[in-house]
Amino acid sequence: MLSVKHNEIVEFSSTLLDQFAEVVARFPEGRQKSALLPILHLVQAEFGWLSPDAMNKVAGYLGIEPIEVYEVATFYTMYLLQPQGKYVLEVCRTGPCCLVGAERIMTHLENKLGVKEGEVTADGLFSWRGVECLAACGYGPVLQIGPEYTFYENLTEASVDQLIDDLSSKTN
Amino acid sequence: MARKLLLTHIDVPGIQTFEVYRQQGGYRAVEKVLKTMSPDDVVEEVKKSGLRGRGGAGFPTGMKWSFLAKPEGVPRYLVCNGDESEPGTFKDRFLMTHIPHALLEGMIVSSYALGAHTSYIYVRGEMMPQIRILERAIQEAKAAGFLGNNILGSGYDLEIYVQPGAGAYICGEETALLESLEGKRGNPRIKPPFPAIAGLYGCPTVVNNVESIAATVPIINDGGEEYAKIGIERSTGTKLISASGNLVKPGVYEIDLGLSVEEFIYSDEYCGGIANGKRLKAVVPGGSSVPILPTNLILKTANGNSRLMTYESLADGGFQTGSSMGSGGFIAFDEDQCIVRNTWNFSRFYHHESCGQCSPCREGTGWMEKVLHKIETGHGDLSDIELLWDIQRRIEGNTICPLGDAAAWPVAAAIRHFRDEFEWHINHPEDALTRNYGLAHYADPLAPIVS
Amino acid sequence: MAEEIKLKVSIDGIPIEVASGTTILNAARQIGGDIVPPAMCYYSKLEGTGGKCRTCLVKVSKGSDKDPRPMPKLVASCRTTVMDGMEVENITSPDVVDARKAIVEMLLINHPLDCPICDQAGECKLQDLGFEHGSAQTRYEFDRRTFERIDIGEKIQLHMNRCILCYRCVFVADQITDKRVHGIIGRGDHAEISTYIQNVVDNDFSGNVIDVCPVGALTDRTFRFKNRVWFTKPVDAHRDCPTCSGKVTLWYKGADVIRVTARKDEFGEVEEFICNTCRYDKKETRDWKLEEPTPISDQSVIASNHYTRFNPPAVIENDPVLQEQNLEQLARTEKLK
Repeated sequence: MLSVKHNEIVEFSSTLLDQFAEVVARFPEGRQKSALLPILHLVQAEFGWLSPDAMNKVAGYLGIEPIEVYEVATFYTMYLLQPQGKYVLEVCRTGPCCLVGAERIMTHLENKLGVKEGEVTADGLFSWRGVECLAACGYGPVLQIGPEYTFYENLTEASVDQLIDDLSSKTN
Repeated sequence: MARKLLLTHIDVPGIQTFEVYRQQGGYRAVEKVLKTMSPDDVVEEVKKSGLRGRGGAGFPTGMKWSFLAKPEGVPRYLVCNGDESEPGTFKDRFLMTHIPHALLEGMIVSSYALGAHTSYIYVRGEMMPQIRILERAIQEAKAAGFLGNNILGSGYDLEIYVQPGAGAYICGEETALLESLEGKRGNPRIKPPFPAIAGLYGCPTVVNNVESIAATVPIINDGGEEYAKIGIERSTGTKLISASGNLVKPGVYEIDLGLSVEEFIYSDEYCGGIANGKRLKAVVPGGSSVPILPTNLILKTANGNSRLMTYESLADGGFQTGSSMGSGGFIAFDEDQCIVRNTWNFSRFYHHESCGQCSPCREGTGWMEKVLHKIETGHGDLSDIELLWDIQRRIEGNTICPLGDAAAWPVAAAIRHFRDEFEWHINHPEDALTRNYGLAHYADPLAPIVS
Repeated sequence: MAEEIKLKVSIDGIPIEVASGTTILNAARQIGGDIVPPAMCYYSKLEGTGGKCRTCLVKVSKGSDKDPRPMPKLVASCRTTVMDGMEVENITSPDVVDARKAIVEMLLINHPLDCPICDQAGECKLQDLGFEHGSAQTRYEFDRRTFERIDIGEKIQLHMNRCILCYRCVFVADQITDKRVHGIIGRGDHAEISTYIQNVVDNDFSGNVIDVCPVGALTDRTFRFKNRVWFTKPVDAHRDCPTCSGKVTLWYKGADVIRVTARKDEFGEVEEFICNTCRYDKKETRDWKLEEPTPISDQSVIASNHYTRFNPPAVIENDPVLQEQNLEQLARTEKLK
């Protein structure tokens, strides 16, 4: 069994519930399960990750079994099932980006942040991971940061340093 | 200067907005079909154009449309495949970012042709900014009366919604995409039935790539026959090529099908040659799943003809000496790139992206990755090459969906054309960790095969 | 009543007429014998199963009378329906034999091969498949994938290491029980059967996941390490059950019922699903009306310890000299009849 170590009890705000309803309305009657992926994105944007409690509540909202939500949330790699840093830096690690130095960027990121892939920095600000092709091969190396998936292209060691400094100072 | 059909107004400031797009002649195709054409006329026009699916398979779009079942009282759906996940491909991102209304216009035209009243654009979740752009464009089009009820007074109703994916290459496979759109795991369905009979919610459905749908706009505006005049043989029209890797000017280019590969790589109008003054070692011309070719086979076919950017010419020689147009993801490798490492990288990708439903793909992709990693890190045996060959051979054709083939082909092609580089890796493990095999003989002209 | 349309199909050269809508696999099952493709994930009683394991791949050398072109790839016989005039090759096609060998190899590279300590041994479909189609040696030299062994409820143990992801237990939960709490978690070669969070698979029919599991991934905890299945004697029995049909197989060790399962047909499929009360709570002979020894294929290891009858080959039956030579065996056969 996957080790589910953490949980977080969540409460969906009325704004969030309104957004859910707007998504559900896009689909025919009785097909509300179609709203699952967009709703999980909304929940993750709000709480930073998908806790078991959050998923159970989504299941309740959509009238489906919780296992149906777990099955989906563990299939798609964008859903974060553990608490993460405030900024999750996702670097493309697939072929075309590696031809132009993505591996170098990941090594640099690891040294700069001082944490391994998947870990969170002591200040809780950053985590990073390699992800598969982001469909931006001509602008590589690239990284993205959720929840709006802002893109940073043609990365160099210097631009990565600058990005991390900017994000750090934005928070301070 | 090649003509542009999709990216005509790409440099016009504000072309992202409805207003500017409309000023440039946008939504003429919608007016034309709703006011002067029947749905069947539109299908006929697309058939005449010879347009082939731009997502990778190259299946004729008009023919796909004509397979759509039309039972009474059952809704039909058009679903746009914007999952764009094939490594090397980023043209749909470009189109959706810069000219979102071209896609919407195509969606309206295509939905009308198919009799769909609700259509979905499934966009990979990582493209959240593009999803926002499309949502804004939909609002604009709706406000201008091009979406919603009774569009332009024609009596035709249409709603378009954007659906995000959430990180799964497999959702680019049309039935996995439909599963995902239904809120499930992206497991490809077992076919038959095909989506044209039972697709979204069990209803007749057409799934088309972003670029294919956008291409219906110039086809309607200029007529299918005009469109078919561009290109060579069964490769008609223009195609967006995503160029990446070690090129002077990587990016998205719209080409007339029929351009020579050499011109595409080296001319200043396109990629401008190999970056940093290096020499070209290999090319993957159609996205990571299609066979990699060494320089001497990508620039010329085995019988010595110039290789062209067409479905036929790129495939000339079959998988023995040719490759495939695929999705148009053109990846160039310079002389310093290691084919073994890249093959391992690609196989890691397919291993990571296998949905795990069927046994050959679930188990075989991971096995190939492990063997390739072993060779790449200097622990390989010569027998591993035969083993790899055997594993890929036993995956290909035996899986539920084409991901198995997509995982097998790059491994097969790398061994077929770069076997000596693999052998060098195995025989010189210490050298292989510190330097690359280099260009070797891969650019040396081949003696043409005269049949 | 409209006359049913019959379609002609031949499998390995053996012709048969079947109803429209029949799959190649089920047509082969109607013929029977060694031309029946093995099926690890398909289950005729569970809608939507099949297509995943790829062990039942066959070659369609002629599509139909109307369109005689062969199909370009091998097809899953469990999910491909026959057409009139279709010609199928199974064991007569070297391509099929090779592909099947490949599938067995793939299914086994991450399998723990822990048959000596697996309760399923002796009635395991993967064991049979490996025996019939596998290679003697593995070419896989990497660490095998491992998972923790867990109990999903009081009565069922999950050995994920042994699972081949046939999805049958998921279909059982969806179609036979009223609520599903387990499913497929994760993806690719790290997908697993799981409840994700700690949860218990528990409802009247949950025990059926054990019977449909083709391997030793889901086993009966009340039978765990009780005995090797080939040392037990299966007997069909029934009782009046308010919840299910009450038709079961009792597995005896001496005078004790050490396990209760549903009855299975010649393809290893459950005939009728049974409830948990019958399965777990009725383990006394007095709970049941016994019928007769469960028919077991003489190919099965379970039959090995139940040697009840000498089957004289036809050649002996018709030859007085040979009968004379085998007097003793024939006499014993008579006695046991």
